[in-house]
Amino acid sequence: MSTHTNPPTPRERLVVVGNGMAGIRTLEELLAKAPDRYDITVFGAEPHPNYNRIMLSPVLAGEKTFDQIVLNGRDWYEANGIKLLTGDRVEVIDRANRSVTAMSGLTVPYDRLLIATGSTPVIIPVPGSTLPGVVGFRDLADVDTMLEAAAKGGRAVVIGGGLLGLEAANGLKVKGMDVTVLHLMDTLMERQLDRSAGALLQHELERRGITVLTGADTAEIVGIEKVSAVRLKNGQELPADLVVMAVGIRPNTTLGKAAGLACGRGIQVDDTMTTSDPAILSVGECVEHRGQTYGLVAPLFEMAKVAAARLAGSAEAAYTGSVTSTKLKVTGVDVFSAGDFTGGKGCEDIVFRDAARGVYKRVVVKENRILGAVLYGDTKDGGWYFQMLKDGTEVAPVRDTLIFGQSFGGEGAANPKAAVAALPDSAEICGCNGVCKGTIVTAITEKGLSSLDEVRAHTKASASCGSCTGQVEQLLALTLGDGYAGEAKAKPMCKCTDRTHDEVRRAITTLELKSIPDVMQRLEWRTPDGCHHCRPALNYYLLCEWPGEYKDDSRSRYINERVHANIQKDGTYSVVPRMWGGLTSAKELRAIADVVDKFAIPTVKVTGGQRIDLFGVKKEDLPAVWADLNAAGMVSGHAYAKGLRTVKTCVGSEWCRFGTQDSTGLGVKLERMTWGTWTPHKVKLAVSGCPRNCAEATIKDLGVVCVDSGYELHVGGNGGMHVRACDLLVKVETEAEVLEYTGSYMQLYREEARYLERTAPWVERVGLEYVKRRLVDDAEGRASLNARFLFSQSFSQDDPWAERANGSVDRHEFAPLAQVG
Amino acid sequence: MDQSISWITVGSVEDIPRQGSRVVRTAYGDIALFRTVADEVYALEDRCPHAGGPLSQGIVHGARVTCPLHSWVIDLASGEAVGPDEGCAGHCPVRVVDGAVQLGLAAFRPGCGGCGHG
Ligand SMILES: Cc1cc2nc3c(=O)[nH]c(=O)nc-3n(C[C@H](O)[C@H](O)[C@H](O)COP(=O)(O)OP(=O)(O)OC[C@H]3O[C@@H](n4cnc5c(N)ncnc54)[C@H](O)[C@@H]3O)c2cc1C
Ligand code: SF4
Ligand code: SF4
Ligand code: FES
Repeated sequence: MSTHTNPPTPRERLVVVGNGMAGIRTLEELLAKAPDRYDITVFGAEPHPNYNRIMLSPVLAGEKTFDQIVLNGRDWYEANGIKLLTGDRVEVIDRANRSVTAMSGLTVPYDRLLIATGSTPVIIPVPGSTLPGVVGFRDLADVDTMLEAAAKGGRAVVIGGGLLGLEAANGLKVKGMDVTVLHLMDTLMERQLDRSAGALLQHELERRGITVLTGADTAEIVGIEKVSAVRLKNGQELPADLVVMAVGIRPNTTLGKAAGLACGRGIQVDDTMTTSDPAILSVGECVEHRGQTYGLVAPLFEMAKVAAARLAGSAEAAYTGSVTSTKLKVTGVDVFSAGDFTGGKGCEDIVFRDAARGVYKRVVVKENRILGAVLYGDTKDGGWYFQMLKDGTEVAPVRDTLIFGQSFGGEGAANPKAAVAALPDSAEICGCNGVCKGTIVTAITEKGLSSLDEVRAHTKASASCGSCTGQVEQLLALTLGDGYAGEAKAKPMCKCTDRTHDEVRRAITTLELKSIPDVMQRLEWRTPDGCHHCRPALNYYLLCEWPGEYKDDSRSRYINERVHANIQKDGTYSVVPRMWGGLTSAKELRAIADVVDKFAIPTVKVTGGQRIDLFGVKKEDLPAVWADLNAAGMVSGHAYAKGLRTVKTCVGSEWCRFGTQDSTGLGVKLERMTWGTWTPHKVKLAVSGCPRNCAEATIKDLGVVCVDSGYELHVGGNGGMHVRACDLLVKVETEAEVLEYTGSYMQLYREEARYLERTAPWVERVGLEYVKRRLVDDAEGRASLNARFLFSQSFSQDDPWAERANGSVDRHEFAPLAQVG
Repeated sequence: MDQSISWITVGSVEDIPRQGSRVVRTAYGDIALFRTVADEVYALEDRCPHAGGPLSQGIVHGARVTCPLHSWVIDLASGEAVGPDEGCAGHCPVRVVDGAVQLGLAAFRPGCGGCGHG
């Protein structure tokens, strides 16, 4: 320690080259140990603050947004007095003068320098490899390029069937491209998986519509101005609009080499992470340590710890190398691999297969110790095997049941909480950050932590690839008991699952789940057939995602939607025929009067939505009531539906002396376009003919207020328990625009709001700005939302009453089974 | 004990939709027959112990039904309300013989609370 000098000497200057995962982790560790020791400057070639590179795969697949993967925002750098220079690549290290100079011309002197430049994708040097449309998979810019290409559809060829290549292929497939993976070897991920697991994986990817060609050697990338195809050595040519090169990574040693540091495959460092120049340390994928280079975060974080200790002045810490394990991050595909599984002399294989569940496990044992493990389909014991592998644990005592996993024989099999409870304190929970159970539990009790975010902040557990999130939550629950309220942000749909509405919805899309049992099976529902919370939600999500394809499950609908009438407190029903835009006629009124007489309907009332409600209809009379109303041309008003209810109008320019436009006529058009749709919750529209707003349009889900020069569209309002006035979305000039905006707004709400969330809370949750961005700023997006809405409407505009009145649908609903006694 | 009950056939299992319900009109009032996802058949009085809601109109999940009026959840085997709510719907012995649903109406046990609103 040398901080007691006075007057205060200027602090030592630390410069970090590389704003990535290893470099910034080193700073985090350093700040924890010696917050004031250095004046720190960070150079990053990318234009972003520090983000979780691992999570680029979920970003590509649309499961996460960039904001969600930022690790340290700019405010973090500021708060810690770190000078951050993004988008500025360091070009030269001047070791003699101890300074670095960046692309921008800026020169910064250092006392200590940390190189953390990561690695670069290997681009195989075939003709055409520099054509536009050929990308690696390394940073956010690459993901943006891929997403841009995917937005146009078309074909993608991914060269390389390793971890990165397969995650890219999956993401592009989810985003709607035709994807082919070319792999040189004859099984996928051959460095992590054996043949059996590789074949299972290939089969699963093919089932998802990805084409896999093994033994495929690329000869040339074809194209004139941009890539158009990939040609293989055997002459086969594959058309391509996008080519992703994912054949490997190469430590980024350019700077180090130019500065004359000792380099092999990477920048060579000793056990203290110091390079051949004692003032310069290096960590991350760019280094070579004891002849090894690494491409996963766990070892890099261990390096970061050692480097931070050195920078903080400690002499003890040393890095001695790492054993690594791998997990593939493709939603719904569980793959784990660790250690050496090639087998050989003296090795025993213990294998378990369950074809029905798609599970394959193989553990390689030599001299009673685990040498390697490959798990496919059920990876929950990965951590356990890996721990024993690293510790060199004797497995003889558990040899017989080893392959069944840790919870075998105990009650833990189906109970993850019990399984976590049974772990010793030394068991590693977070593989990426090397955090064991004891550390997490101690942090929870001693620091009073009560949420996942806090545990992440204090221990880093589950902060990287996230696959141990569940276990960390179990630890919170175990340690705090009832004091753990669960994760507020991620409230599960219901007690049948741990997944949130949004997660389930994404899974329906990405895993192409097309029925309720399918969702429950794949997403591991805890109940045989759900409950009254999740079933209606799932039914809606599936209906919305697969229009025309998904068959509605009436058993998962609330009674009103099942029998298309509103149940009343005495078990009778009320019936509301549609009156388009609030218009009716003598013929309709006469038919209603006749029905009232014929079925002795006790109460007739005008509703708040400008139509007539018939109360006290007996269930078995419903089909006959509907038949009579149908005969007069009336259809269901969906007064019971989480769907379009009414379009309330005023008389407008046709009669009113203030009217500026034909509000009634427009209301009728809107209702004709939107009736019959299913939505997350009920939807009410209104059109007022002038700003006097007699139709109360500004407390509707969508309200149109006509003005001299056109139409104002207001959204996100409702009456009810929490009154909310609308926000103005946009002003347009023509009726055609009103219709297009309405269709696109309805579709955005249908696709993105959670079940039972009305437009008012939805708009508040996502923000008006977001809705504007999607609908007003993005004309193309608006048009395609509207097109999707109209497409789904083409399947939903059949009168549900007519089908039931003629007995062709759900006849059993309306008649008792028997009369006895 | 089965011998002491006389069984009345009211229909076949197939007449009740899976995860659904049908009503049988009896001298004791309406009896709701439920068929679960696992094809078990249960029979309860068609009156929710809370405020008399028609249980036959509810959503059937597992061996439970959720009342359509205020979402009480009723256990189909016992007729008891689940969780914090208390009360029980009347309960009637039922069996399935060669696909025929038979009620032991004579042994019908009315619910404890009936309409909770008194
Ligand atoms: C898509 C994807 C998925 C992955 N999935 C996993 C996974 O599941 N599990 C796992 O453990 N690992 C995974 N990895 C690997 C993991 O992300 C890397 O091991 C880790 O990011 C390496 O950290 P690093 O700091 O060495 O390099 P990086 O995080 O790449 O940081 C290096 C930074 O330095 C910058 N830089 C380079 N040269 C200069 C210069 N001259 N001047 C200024 N800045 C410079 C680069 O732009 C970059 O931002 C994945 C990687 C990718 C790309
Ligand atoms: S809103 Fe305007 S146009 Fe419509 S009825 Fe009222 S005053 Fe007339
Ligand atoms: S305001 Fe209340 S009482 Fe009146 S209809 Fe609506 S829910 Fe029923
Ligand atoms: S009547 Fe059944 S919950 Fe109220």
